[in-house]
Amino acid sequence: MKILIIEDEKELRETLVESLEKELYVVETAATFDSADEKISMYDYDCILLDIMLPDGNGLNLLTKLKELGKSENVIIISAKNSLDDKVGGLALGADDYLTKPFHIAELNARIKAVFRRKILDGKNSIHLGNIALDLDERLFRVDDTIIHLNRKEFDILKYFLLNKNRLVRKTVLAEHIWGDNIDEADNFDFIYYQIKNLRKKLHESNATITLESVYGVGYKLVEL
Amino acid sequence: MKLLNRSLAYLSLAFLLIIGVWSVVFYYNLKDEIRDSIDDGLDNNRILIINKIQSDSTLLFQQEFGGNNFKIRPVSKRGALQFTDIYKDTLMYRVNEDDLEPVRILHSAFEFRGRFFSLSVISSLVEEDDLVEDAFWSVVWLFVILIFTIAVVNNVVLRRVWNPFYDILNQLKAYRLSHESSTIDVSTNIKEFSELQKASNALIEHSKETYLSQKQFIENASHELQTPLAIIINKLELLLESDNLNNSDANAIANVVTMAEKLSKLNKSLLLLAKIENRQFPNQELVCINSIGIEYKSNFQEFTNFKEIQITIEEVAKLEVKMDSFLAEMLISNLLKNAIVHNTKGGTIRLQFTAEELTICNTGSGVALNPKTMFNRFQKDAAKNDSTGLGLAICKVICDSYSIGIDYEFSDNQHCFTVNFNPNYSSE
Repeated sequence: MKILIIEDEKELRETLVESLEKELYVVETAATFDSADEKISMYDYDCILLDIMLPDGNGLNLLTKLKELGKSENVIIISAKNSLDDKVGGLALGADDYLTKPFHIAELNARIKAVFRRKILDGKNSIHLGNIALDLDERLFRVDDTIIHLNRKEFDILKYFLLNKNRLVRKTVLAEHIWGDNIDEADNFDFIYYQIKNLRKKLHESNATITLESVYGVGYKLVEL
Repeated sequence: MKLLNRSLAYLSLAFLLIIGVWSVVFYYNLKDEIRDSIDDGLDNNRILIINKIQSDSTLLFQQEFGGNNFKIRPVSKRGALQFTDIYKDTLMYRVNEDDLEPVRILHSAFEFRGRFFSLSVISSLVEEDDLVEDAFWSVVWLFVILIFTIAVVNNVVLRRVWNPFYDILNQLKAYRLSHESSTIDVSTNIKEFSELQKASNALIEHSKETYLSQKQFIENASHELQTPLAIIINKLELLLESDNLNNSDANAIANVVTMAEKLSKLNKSLLLLAKIENRQFPNQELVCINSIGIEYKSNFQEFTNFKEIQITIEEVAKLEVKMDSFLAEMLISNLLKNAIVHNTKGGTIRLQFTAEELTICNTGSGVALNPKTMFNRFQKDAAKNDSTGLGLAICKVICDSYSIGIDYEFSDNQHCFTVNFNPNYSSE
């Protein structure tokens, strides 16, 4: 999978590269509108992360350009502007998703995977790992073809972990993911802990080949046994 | 008081003064003129009588007025020589009126065949009190008719003249900075109005610039802060993924990330407050408050199950409101979250929807909140350190921006928030 990061801020660009390389993607970068323009005309990418506020141009114009070139790259806009107009405008121009800065690495991973999944969707929308399968359309969790009941939040948590396989997901990130934006995370950690405990129990009892590992006490990581 | 009526009031005052003074002056002039002509008549009579005496000396014995309008009495020569003609006003008894009436009298003297006589000639005068009364009422009528005419002219003609003014006024009233409305355009060839229009447009232009630059500042502040925060958060997140950290280092890093996230959240919330206050949510759509409440109840279900909180929903009527749907959701979710977070284990929450009101009652700490400070920014429960303390402030600002009433009450160990969506409702 080949990803192009268009972002003018050097530090952020490098952080994103480091994180995405952990997912074994091939990552290229562009720091300016012009270099991005050049890259998208010359090469094909599976996904483009696009900062729309570039020093030498509006990133939204790159979307138009892609359309003109007849390319159907998946574009995720990463913007500091939490502006509805930009969001609507960007999506109307063909972007696949809109992520507001600052975002969590786990969230970016999840969005990129969602975009890829949509792209290579071959009739079924499910995640397979080891002996488990998570059917995203039916919202069903199977271990060795046995359906294990998960409540809604447990399902969401497991899905998030599967999209961030082998990566640390912090408790605050989980809380925010489950509760949505604009929610203070006051006294949520007990709840998160409780959900993780239940989930671990269900994974263990069903002999799933995955488990949730605690990392330094700040979060969890989904690993294959 | 309307401008038309104000000018009418001033005009009435001026008319009252002018007509009052004018009528007094006119009255005295008229009276003088009348006296003058009566005096001429009396003088003429005197000459006629003296001439007639030459042929008819019996007239000399007319010592009283009787039926005639003169009397003649003999006087001494010395008396007669001292005499000058005098015109005087006096009162005389009139048989027909049975009253004393004003008359004009001329005292004179003449010589006839070596003898001297005094002669008094009278003429009846206009009855002054009647004249005054008549004149007064005519003046009053004149005044009333004038004012009435001016009022009619004002209201019919001037109103039409003032139309551009009212047009400009209405456009100004309807003007909203956040909308892409054009400048005021009223066609008028009256100089004052076109100047007013120009001044209004200049003011609008200036406010628009200020508004836009403020909006831009808010957006820039957001951008400039969010990118460094994104770098801090993402770098630390990557750092946390390295394998050679010890537990306490990892926790220290996690705490810093959490603080950076809190900073970002705070920044977002403050920007949101500013945006609401600047009315940058101009979308109006019909929002069903009931369904938002029900949706969020189910969103929070696992968490309320965990805290063993019972939520009951009471739908008396469908509550539909015209407002921005994002803000409506923000309002309801904040209130509901507030009721959950500040609840006790095994507590209850009651949501009631009526045609105008949403009431959220929850159990919680047995102490009432301070209604004076509870909606203030950064007002928070000392025990809940993680919250930004902006939740209720955001609710309040949303309510204020739509003139929605929000009240708090503590009774029966229940914290109750009542949101009244009727714009005519005024909270005490």
